[in-house]
Amino acid sequence: MNISLKNTLKMSIQSILSNKMRTFLTMLGIIIGVFSVIVMVSMGQGATASVTQSIEGMGSNLLNITLTDRTIRFSNDNLNELSMLEGVQLLSPNINWMAPVKYGLNNEEGTSVVGVNENYMAINGHTIKTGRLINPLDIENRNKVVLLGSEVSENLFGQFNPIDESISLSGIKYTVVGVLEEKESTLFGDNNNMVLIPYTTGMRQFRTNSVSSITVQGADAASIDKTQSDIESYLLTLYGTDSYRIFNQEQLLSTLNEITGVLTLLLGGIAGISLLVGGIGIMNIMLVTVSERTREIGVRKAIGARRSNILFQFLIESSVISGIGGIIGIILGILANSIISTAFEIPISASLQVIMIAFLFSLFVGVFFGMYPANKASKLKPVDALRYE
Amino acid sequence: MIRLDNVIKTYVMGEIELTVLKGISIDVREGDFYSIIGPSGSGKSTLMNILGCLDVPTSGEYYLDGKEISTYNENDLAKIRNEKIGFIFQKFNLLPRLDAFENVELPLIYRGVKSKRRKEETEIALDSVGLYDRMHHKPNELSGGQQQRVAIARALVGNPSVLLADEPTGNLDTKSGNEVLDILESLNKKGRTIIVITHDLEVADRSKTEITLRDGIIVNRKVK
Repeated sequence: MNISLKNTLKMSIQSILSNKMRTFLTMLGIIIGVFSVIVMVSMGQGATASVTQSIEGMGSNLLNITLTDRTIRFSNDNLNELSMLEGVQLLSPNINWMAPVKYGLNNEEGTSVVGVNENYMAINGHTIKTGRLINPLDIENRNKVVLLGSEVSENLFGQFNPIDESISLSGIKYTVVGVLEEKESTLFGDNNNMVLIPYTTGMRQFRTNSVSSITVQGADAASIDKTQSDIESYLLTLYGTDSYRIFNQEQLLSTLNEITGVLTLLLGGIAGISLLVGGIGIMNIMLVTVSERTREIGVRKAIGARRSNILFQFLIESSVISGIGGIIGIILGILANSIISTAFEIPISASLQVIMIAFLFSLFVGVFFGMYPANKASKLKPVDALRYE
Repeated sequence: MIRLDNVIKTYVMGEIELTVLKGISIDVREGDFYSIIGPSGSGKSTLMNILGCLDVPTSGEYYLDGKEISTYNENDLAKIRNEKIGFIFQKFNLLPRLDAFENVELPLIYRGVKSKRRKEETEIALDSVGLYDRMHHKPNELSGGQQQRVAIARALVGNPSVLLADEPTGNLDTKSGNEVLDILESLNKKGRTIIVITHDLEVADRSKTEITLRDGIIVNRKVK
C-alpha cells in the first residue's frame, strides 16, 4: 500500500488551487524574497566585476610610487638608478598638474596635464591615433611638445587635424605632436580628458623641483612582490625614512574584492531575511490550513491514509507554493536585472549559481517551514480529527 | 468475523477517569446485519470507533478476521481501515473540494491501486448506488441523500469485510433515509456484513441482530 508521488502532488495542487487568493499572497512573500536575493546579489557581483575590470585595465604588473616628502629632491640620477634595479622593466615619472588649455577661442579650464617620459604610453597601454609619441630627445631638450587625450582633441579641434598646431598651457605655447587613441578610464583617472608633456618641460614651467610620482612596470605579475621590496629598500637607503608609498595593483585588487565581496554578502543577507519572512508566512498559512482541514485529515485517516501520507501531502503543498514562488521570483529578478543594466548601463546579470542557490533556498524554506504544520497534521488522531467541528 | 471480548475503554481527562465502555462482548458473524442502539452517552460512538480501528480498547480483546488488533501499530491500523472497513458517517464526511468520483476513488489511491483499475472500480461502486451519471458533481451540488449514497460507494469501493454505519440516516429526511436503508439492506442480502449504530428504532427493526447499550454495558440482546 503505497500512494504515488503523482497522486500526492495532485491532492496538494487541488487544495492550493481551491484558495487562490490566499495561495497567491503566501507565494508573494517567497516571490519578493527570491526576487530581492537575485537582484541584490547580481548588483553586488556586477559592481565587483566592474571594479575588478577597471583595476585590471591598469595592468597587474604595475607599481605606483608616491614620494610624500616634498623637501627631498628625487633627481634624474635617482630615476636612472631606479630603472637599473632588477625586475624593473620600464618606468616613467608621472607628475600631475592642472592648467587651462587654449586653442584660439576654445578654452578648456582645469585640464589634467601629466608630465611623463617616453615610456609612459607603453606602461599605461596608450596608443597613438595620429602623430608621434614623446621621445627621449623631447625629454632631454625640454621641448614644448604635447600629446592630446582624445577628449581634449575633440573639444579643442573638433574634426580638424591638430598636428603641428600650437596650443597654450597656462599661457606657454606648445606644439601638438600627436593625439592618443580613446581609452577606458580607470580608478585613477580619466584617460581621455588630459594631455601629456615631457616631464622635464613641465617641471621647469610649473616650478616643480622634484619628481613626486613614478609608475614602474615590472617584468611580470609573479615577480612583482620581489620588485616592490627591492624598490622599497632602495628608497629606504636613499631617504632613511619611509616618506614614500607604493601601490601594488594586486593588493588593491584583493582589498577591493574583499570590500565588494562583503557588500554582496551583506546585500544577499538582507534579501535572504525577506525570504525567511516569506517562509514564516508559509508556516503561518499552513497552520491555518491544517486546523481548517482537521476534519478532512480525520476522514482521510479513517479511509486508510497513513501518517506519512498526510505528512507528505502537506509538505508537498508548502513546497509547491515556495517552489512556484521561487520560479516566479527568479523570472522577475532576471527581468529586473536586464532593465537595470540597460537603464544604468552597468553589466549586471544573475549567474546560474545564484539562480540555483536562490531556487534551492526557496524550496528549502518551503520544506523547513512546512515541516511543523505537516507534522502536526499527520499526528492528529483520527477519532479527535473526525469529532472536530 | 468480528469478536469483542470484555472490551473496556477508559478516558483520562485531567484527574478524572471516565469509563465509557464497561466490558463489552459481541460476536458479529459474516453476513450479519447488526445494529447497536442506545441513548446518547451510552457509549455507542466509542464502540463504533473501536470497531472501526480508529481507537483501541484500554483492555479486552478485539478479533477482526481472526486476528487480535492490539498488537498492530499505527500503520497496520491504517491498512486495516483501508482494506477491511468501510465507514459511513452521519455527516457524510465527503471532501468538499473533490467531486463524487474523486471522493469514492480515495481509498483506492491510499491502497496504491493503478489508475485504470481505480477508474473501473470507482465507476462500478458509483453505479451500484445509482449515481453513475452524477460522478462529476461536487458534494454541494448533490442532495443529502445523494451525498450519503456517494459515501456508501466510497465505503464499498475497496470491497471491505464490514460496513460500519454511524447514524447513517441521522441527517436525512424520511424518504432519503429509507433509500439509504434500502441500499444497506440489499447489500446485506448480497452477503455484505453491516454494523449500524443508531438511536432510531425503525433502523434497528430492519437489522438481524440488535443490541442495546446503556451506560457502557449491553442491557439487551435480540436475535431475530
